[in-house]
Amino acid sequence: MRIIQHPILTFEKGQKVSFTLDGRGLEGYEGEPITAALHDAGVKVLRRSISLGRPRGFFCAVGKCSSCLMTVDGKPNVRVCMEPLREGMRVETQKGKGELVERG
Amino acid sequence: MKEVEIAIVGGGPAGLSAAGIALQAKAGVLLIDDGLRLGGQLVKQTHKFFGSKEQYASTRGIEIGRILEKGLEGYPNLEVWLNSSVVGYYPDGVLTVLKEEKLLKVKPKRLIVATGASERMLAFANNDLPGVYGAGAVQTLMNLYGVLPGKRALMVGAGNIGLIVSYQLLQAGVKVEAVVEAMPKVGGYWVHAAKLKRIGVPILTSHTILKAEGEDWVEGAIICPLNEDFKPIEAAQKRVEVDIICLAVGLSPLSELLWQAGCRMKYIPQLGGYAPFRNRDMETTVKGVWVAGDSAGVEEASTAMVEGRIAGLAATSSLGYEVEDTDGLKRELREELEMLRRGPVGETVRKGVKRALI
Ligand SMILES: Cc1cc2nc3c(=O)[nH]c(=O)nc-3n(C[C@H](O)[C@H](O)[C@H](O)COP(=O)(O)OP(=O)(O)OC[C@H]3O[C@@H](n4cnc5c(N)ncnc54)[C@H](O)[C@@H]3O)c2cc1C
Repeated sequence: MRIIQHPILTFEKGQKVSFTLDGRGLEGYEGEPITAALHDAGVKVLRRSISLGRPRGFFCAVGKCSSCLMTVDGKPNVRVCMEPLREGMRVETQKGKGELVERG
Repeated sequence: MKEVEIAIVGGGPAGLSAAGIALQAKAGVLLIDDGLRLGGQLVKQTHKFFGSKEQYASTRGIEIGRILEKGLEGYPNLEVWLNSSVVGYYPDGVLTVLKEEKLLKVKPKRLIVATGASERMLAFANNDLPGVYGAGAVQTLMNLYGVLPGKRALMVGAGNIGLIVSYQLLQAGVKVEAVVEAMPKVGGYWVHAAKLKRIGVPILTSHTILKAEGEDWVEGAIICPLNEDFKPIEAAQKRVEVDIICLAVGLSPLSELLWQAGCRMKYIPQLGGYAPFRNRDMETTVKGVWVAGDSAGVEEASTAMVEGRIAGLAATSSLGYEVEDTDGLKRELREELEMLRRGPVGETVRKGVKRALI
């Protein structure tokens, strides 16, 4: 849910972009953190804890707590509270610790 | 490796103020912040600030951030790295910075740590469920990105932050079901509590949260009164229907870099946790490393700005730059700090600072 009207603040938004979460098409605004768009779409569970499989969500919002790690465009352990959203991003729920990816 | 004269880590009120004074004296400054914009905590604050006039009291926090940022415009001796996290400080004086997926090395001649504070966690059952947020996260989501965290909130903590963020939730259209506070009295300023009372938000003192309920995210919370020994009176517990549990149970100085630098630290409850020893110039026990703002001890934006100026001035003059009437300015700034910490409200911090001073 977005805030439509605020007594004090106005929100500058980037262009509307499309991205996917586990293959499902979603929309958000370019440049906002991925979690903002996910929250807007009502997605609260971002990953599962590694050993007990407990749901993990958005907690600190400033890249410190590791609660929101997801796989983005194939790369695991991305802090989606800090990562700006871009057109066509592939966001996936991460399984386990994530594999290291080799880069060219 | 990038070499700079002064590196400032953290672009909140402390870091921005330190940068301002160093830039005026023509020192080269690299300002590094991990956020998407400068201002630190200020960019999330919609309320008018308390403090004194020199520190822009009764101006909204977001405006103060803009004023400080504007003050740095037009200086060729400034470089700003945003979205960049400082992740290490090595014994040879090299900082490592994670920027655009690259690990960069920076060697500053002087370092000012102005990293602010981090939020404390609270122990209760299911505190790891999605929907349990730090107050700062709720602010970031609502006030920076314009997204609602949910529909109905329970606030834990009635200090200034808990009260202010409750009001911000209401401003954004979220219902605040209650504020619970373990202490028998509201900790924050009366003006902030009064605003909530007027709207009819119950502030339950001598109450705590026992449990978050819900399958995959928060669907409710169990709250409970506390007796005089802070033990829950479980027979009197009750459930509130909420999808947000917001924690505002205090802050601790963010001090990783200071530890890494080898600064002598001490646990000082009055300053919010482990804090560095410092002299009156805000220099730590490690020569060439200064500290300012909440990372030196959790306090306020007003004092963070003054400490930033003190640290910036000292670091700049240690490099040999001339600042007109340095001694006079130093004296003035120290007096300002004292003034801001005057009275019963400043007592705790005064005690804390005294224990950290060398
Ligand atoms: C809800 C609320 C209400 C408040 N109201 C008032 C008020 O009315 N009046 C008042 O005077 N004060 C108020 N304060 C307090 C004030 O906001 C803080 O005391 C002040 O912002 C501290 O300034 P700082 O520069 O030390 O830290 P911060 O503002 O926290 O800035 C630190 C910056 O450093 C960055 N950082 C941290 N670590 C790293 C790293 N490793 N690498 C790169 N960057 C890093 C952070 O992202 C942040 O941007 C309020 C605070 C809150 C939360």
